[in-house]
Amino acid sequence: MELFDLSVITGSLPQFWRGLWMTLQLTGFALLFGFFAAIPLAVLRLSPNRLVAAPVAAYTYFFRGTPMLVQLLLVYYGASQWEWMRAAWEAGHPVWTLFREPYFCALFAFGLNTCAYTVEILAGSMRNTPHGELEAAKAMGMTRLKALQRIVIPSALRRMIPAYSNEVILMLQGSAIASAVTLVDLTGAARDVYSRHFAPFEAFVFVGLIYLALTFVLVGLFKLAEHRWLAHLAPRKAEAGRQS
Amino acid sequence: MNHKASVEQVRVEDLHKSYGDHEVLKGVSLTANSGDVISIIGSSGSGKSTWLRCINFLECPTAGRILVAGKEVELVRNRKGELTVKDARQLQQIRTRLSMVFQHFNLWSHMTVLENVVEAPVHVLGLSKAEARERAERYLERVGVWKLRDAYPAHMSGGQQQRVAIARALAMEPAVLLFDEPTSALDPELVGEVLKVMRSLAEEGRTMMVVTHEMGFAREVSNHVIFVHQGRVEEEGDPKVVLVRPRSERLQQFLSGNLK
Repeated sequence: MELFDLSVITGSLPQFWRGLWMTLQLTGFALLFGFFAAIPLAVLRLSPNRLVAAPVAAYTYFFRGTPMLVQLLLVYYGASQWEWMRAAWEAGHPVWTLFREPYFCALFAFGLNTCAYTVEILAGSMRNTPHGELEAAKAMGMTRLKALQRIVIPSALRRMIPAYSNEVILMLQGSAIASAVTLVDLTGAARDVYSRHFAPFEAFVFVGLIYLALTFVLVGLFKLAEHRWLAHLAPRKAEAGRQS
Repeated sequence: MNHKASVEQVRVEDLHKSYGDHEVLKGVSLTANSGDVISIIGSSGSGKSTWLRCINFLECPTAGRILVAGKEVELVRNRKGELTVKDARQLQQIRTRLSMVFQHFNLWSHMTVLENVVEAPVHVLGLSKAEARERAERYLERVGVWKLRDAYPAHMSGGQQQRVAIARALAMEPAVLLFDEPTSALDPELVGEVLKVMRSLAEEGRTMMVVTHEMGFAREVSNHVIFVHQGRVEEEGDPKVVLVRPRSERLQQFLSGNLK
């Protein structure tokens, strides 16, 4: 037997393809939800009113303080432990029945997890807004809300790009645990191929390469984003193209 | 000084400001009519910046009255015992009538020069983008940094940044310009370009209140100078008199320390 039998891979391409699609969906939707929900939550997180800030702090503490796998299992297996949840399932309730679906449970857990991290990244970035810039916003007649909208959040979103790129990459790799709740993502597909052909190298090396390629693309995209949105922090370039 | 009709723009009466037990301003008053250029001088810690910052409520005074364009600002006491503007609309009106230039420029770092100047006219005054842009370009031209309109603040010298900040303040077309030590953070060789712009604004007849260490500017450009010492107005009047023949010992000391 050869060490690396390519035909195992070529024969299972459709499976890998479906796995890739599942991984991209889980990662993409979770990140989308996490990002957009993080913006208002970060604002609340920094509220001077403790009653507002504390629940958000508790939320991010819980989701950053426990493994995502535990969160996923808790959602997937925990939901059915409630009497009322089971009753809602019986009755065909449109929202609660979603918690029977592993796909939804994974999105739910992943989304809340990445959102928690993103809230902290963004809030940290907002805290570092230069005080003078806020003062200028006030002095120009901006209300607190307007200053958030126009100055604090746009500036913080830009400055958080490098830290956020880490979170995105971690989310991609972290999505591999979806296979724990019967979903067949990239890692799940590799495990199926492995158990069918008993070809661990082929299966896992191949998906490893796919994860690497995906990461490579993400890193490139974030480079572009930094170039586009962090130009104001880049060292001054030679005069070319600046003076008009 | 080419005074237009002498309309009162800002009046401050008996303003007090304390931080805890420490009283920084112990009852100061001034009146700025249109066309006035008032220089406020004094050693650091005298309270002169705090005074200016109380006028547009970046700091909240603890007692006193402020009138803007002849209209008394309605004040209420907050939990910390400071006076704040009762009506948010009035606060916004005050801040758009009185435009401030800061010691550290405080340009918005993620925006280009042009975006910095367009921002408040569009999002506070409600101008159309085209109108605001036309205005911004006019004032950038006016202060001599139009060429840099697409640059980011971090890529410019302090003098250029301060001129952009002046254009940003002018683009609000305010009744009064407040300058809070506009040249104190600049390298000595860059001070001149900013003072030149300020002088030309004064010559246009703009109403200005300037907290400054530049005695030359105070003497030659302003028509009224106020010397603040330990939270009180120690001496004030025509700069050509006050700065040349100071009566109070404190001002004499201050000037001999400053004008070597």
